[in-house]
Amino acid sequence: MMEALQHLAEHYNYVVTIFLMMTGLYIVVARGNMVKKLVGLSIFQTSVYLLYVAPGKIIGGTAPIIDPAYKVYSNPLPHVLILTAIVVGVATLALGLALVARINEAYGTIEEDEIFAKGDEE
Amino acid sequence: MTAVLPQLPALQVVIPLVGALLAGLLRRGTTAFVLALIVSWLMPVIAGAMLIETLAHGPISYHLGGWEPPYGIEYRVDVLNGFVLMLVTSVGAVIMPFARRSVAFEIDEERQAWFYCMYLLCLTGLLGITVTGDAFNAFVFLEISSLSTYVLIALGRDRRALLSAFQYLIMGTIGATFYVIGVGLLYLVTGSLNMHDISMRLGSAFAAQPQPVMAAIAFLAVGIGLKLALFPLHVWLPNAYAYAPSVATAFLAATATKVAVYLLIRFFYGVFDHALDFRNLAATDLIIALSIAAMFVASFVAVFQNNLKRMLAYSSVAQIGYITLGIGLANQAGLTGSIVHLANHAIMKAGLFLALGAVFFRIGSVNLHDLSGIGRRMPLTMGAFVVAGFGLIGTPGTVGFISKWYLALAALEKGSWLLLLVIVASSLIAMIYVGRVLEVVWLREQSPLAAEASEPPLAMLAPILVLAAATIYFGIDTRLTVGIASKAAAMLLGG
Repeated sequence: MMEALQHLAEHYNYVVTIFLMMTGLYIVVARGNMVKKLVGLSIFQTSVYLLYVAPGKIIGGTAPIIDPAYKVYSNPLPHVLILTAIVVGVATLALGLALVARINEAYGTIEEDEIFAKGDEE
Repeated sequence: MTAVLPQLPALQVVIPLVGALLAGLLRRGTTAFVLALIVSWLMPVIAGAMLIETLAHGPISYHLGGWEPPYGIEYRVDVLNGFVLMLVTSVGAVIMPFARRSVAFEIDEERQAWFYCMYLLCLTGLLGITVTGDAFNAFVFLEISSLSTYVLIALGRDRRALLSAFQYLIMGTIGATFYVIGVGLLYLVTGSLNMHDISMRLGSAFAAQPQPVMAAIAFLAVGIGLKLALFPLHVWLPNAYAYAPSVATAFLAATATKVAVYLLIRFFYGVFDHALDFRNLAATDLIIALSIAAMFVASFVAVFQNNLKRMLAYSSVAQIGYITLGIGLANQAGLTGSIVHLANHAIMKAGLFLALGAVFFRIGSVNLHDLSGIGRRMPLTMGAFVVAGFGLIGTPGTVGFISKWYLALAALEKGSWLLLLVIVASSLIAMIYVGRVLEVVWLREQSPLAAEASEPPLAMLAPILVLAAATIYFGIDTRLTVGIASKAAAMLLGG
């Protein structure tokens, strides 16, 4: 038991990551409000940023600059990757919100069950 | 010319990207169309040159920015993605002439340039996923193609198009995020993002830490499965295809899911199979089970659809089942069947959706009862529909038969008569939903709408007829398609 707890504490960054991941995914599934869904989606995507960035940090490591004084470096690549992923996340959120705005114009609501209740049987 | 040749892999992606930018800046529908047409016709030339090169001299490796792989991003073209590139670009080139009139009819004047902008951006993304040898780069292109696809769908006239686009955005983003999680786990255990390099390092990483690798397989399979509409992850697809503009539907149905399938094949066989004997994992059994479910459930649902675009969308889910079945069977014949069905299904579905696009252009509806008796008013369009429809069923002499023949061979090789029976039985359901349309279209009394219909203009008719002709041609002369597909399958299984 203690061992398992210690294991968790040592890897607390993964615990946080997984907690955020599940929270985000749950909001996407459970909420009918489209803006809330997008918020959940963003949280879900953000958790992945942590998944990448956290392992790149080496405790006591410095920026990867070649210098005889330093031996331990952190990995800079995850940061670069996640910078790209952040851009993708922002674009997705922006497009999602734009769609929600258009849906609100077309249906007069952004609640999924109200929209499905309208049926649209033409 | 010789200076251009080594740059072809990059040009394949850069040209449509620049084209998309220009199309967005031009703002005028007609000029944007001309630009999109030029780009679309240029793309198969590049893809063809690369395919010939790979067939003659082996894989092309392009180092982006001059950085050596695995440190830099590598574009790597071999027989498999050379074939997929050829497929995507050819479909784009054939469909494009159809777009002018259809888009002008279905989309407001001030949005037409944006349609071509998004189409070119989507093409960029799809070609990028296919050409790249870098797992994270593939994610970026996946999102480029996905984001532009959401916009393409939302450009549909019906307000339900917006809703479908939103639903697809949610599902698609979850899928893409699962994909990044999978890639991230692979990166954590191997320290590499280059697919070829990962496959080299994965064996020892798997021996040391099997769980993260298994988790990576699961995340990648679900993430890519969402993108390729693997049953039961297909729920976004029918609405998206039903309400998107006709040209967008034809293009997406023929290419987008195929590229996702390619990515799945690349990971399963290019990366995992190489390192950890993927063929003997339970994942293949799971894929076979889901494929069979897709073939039956989706075909069965298709029988009850009155919106024909939606019917064909469900049929797409079923046809993707055949493709993934071959992937799950994991032998030479099965994989050949899968890869060749990528092309065969693209040809048939593009033809069918374009024929419906032409019908919509003439009568403004794709509901079955409005199409009653339209065959006599639009004999060429509907004739092409018949040919491609027979392809879906898998009639000998059409491309559909070739794919099913190889899948049947693969099932027999596995010693499974049951699977063979399943393939035949699911074809019978396809016969019902295709036959139902043919009966209404050719034999019923003309509806008031259908009585007013006439053949579409030549620019729209020609692509439909070309695709119908291809359905028969590649069903008889299989040297090109099956030849390349079996080479690709042998390469993947050879490790």
